[in-house]
Amino acid sequence: MYNFNYHRPKDLAAAAALLQANENAKLMAGGQTLIPTLKQRLASPSDLIDLSDVDGLSGIERKGKHVQIGAMVTHAEVAASAVVRRAIPSLAELAEGIGDPAVRHRGTIGGSVANNDPAADYPAAVLALGASIFTNKREISADDFFKGLFETALEPDEIVTSVCFPVPVKAAYMKFPNPASRYALAGVFVAKRAKDVRVAVTGAGESGVFRVPAMERALDKKFAAKSIESIKVGEEGLVSDLHAQADYRAHLIGVMARRAVEAALKAT
Amino acid sequence: MNRQATNLERNITLTVNGERVTRSVAARMHLVDFLRETLGLTGSHLGCEHGVCGACTIRVDGLTVRGCLMLAVQADGATVETIEGLTDSSKAADLQEEFLNRNALQCGYCTPGMLMTAVELLDRNAKPTREEIRDAISGNYCRCTGYHAIVDAIETVAKSRSSKKGTAS
Repeated sequence: MYNFNYHRPKDLAAAAALLQANENAKLMAGGQTLIPTLKQRLASPSDLIDLSDVDGLSGIERKGKHVQIGAMVTHAEVAASAVVRRAIPSLAELAEGIGDPAVRHRGTIGGSVANNDPAADYPAAVLALGASIFTNKREISADDFFKGLFETALEPDEIVTSVCFPVPVKAAYMKFPNPASRYALAGVFVAKRAKDVRVAVTGAGESGVFRVPAMERALDKKFAAKSIESIKVGEEGLVSDLHAQADYRAHLIGVMARRAVEAALKAT
Repeated sequence: MNRQATNLERNITLTVNGERVTRSVAARMHLVDFLRETLGLTGSHLGCEHGVCGACTIRVDGLTVRGCLMLAVQADGATVETIEGLTDSSKAADLQEEFLNRNALQCGYCTPGMLMTAVELLDRNAKPTREEIRDAISGNYCRCTGYHAIVDAIETVAKSRSSKKGTAS
């Protein structure tokens, strides 16, 4: 890893100023993806801005029909949160299934969504639940946020401050994890919301997380695993790599989606 | 280059195994390199250095972390515990003995990280199932044992700790 200037600002304004002043600066949340990236010299920022001391990025709060999670909240904190367990248990379970205990102690929700790894778990929850991503500048809806492989709507000097999830009627997440990395080969988050059903898939798409409108329409009519039994997701646009071919991933999406619907029905 | 005042090096103060230390470190130095090379605590091992193998597992502020996925500068102000501290405190003595009894190590490279994870698991969950044990150590790779003996050792200690507690109360 090449050396860099290390900064640990105390507030958002200082972090944003550092980001603006250094064109090749990078933000660091938990560092569980960024540090390996630096080691492989896939990135060599001039400055690293550590967000761990920045005020106002922590905490989980129930706000009426929403749960707001600070950007620097770790996966372990979400998994253990009584607030999340009560309001959106599927989200706590998703967090508990990320990586392993040591990674969950450092990795953060803000870092995960900002990185938008195509095999990360959180993007599926954010998109299916219809969450909003709050930054130091604005609020971005999940539908507008994820822009493809490791790409988001975030501007170069924008900092994620929290993610706000509407509480669904029922929801569940099922993933088929790579047994070594625990990244999703295919992960499906199904959310029955007040007015509609949303289905989001991670781990399988070449452009990252995506929705499955055909499944959403079928589940909207009747929320049962049987409703989506005959719906096939095409191989086009799905990842083929040494872990799984596209046709296998397409098959897994169907299986995981049905299991998620069954789990959601059981959860209530 | 119109770079601002450099922060390529930093003074950090942290508590390592109960001792307060202050050192100047390069920003890019990761925490286990700091522990091993600057402080001479070579019990934390480096396998992959990419956050995969878990040989570098240590505890920072009470929680297990990958020591290779944390920079030393990030540990400024933190409390760090390594296998050396854990051994001195005797908190893992029964686990260490059972690992030996069960041949839960051959080359021993993964053992310090494995023990850090096992100690934390049993602190949090006194009676884990075998599945829960496997899940907890999923980030600690062992290339010798095939894991069965490790799961056996952790399970045995969990049972013997619970039964001791049971008779004491």
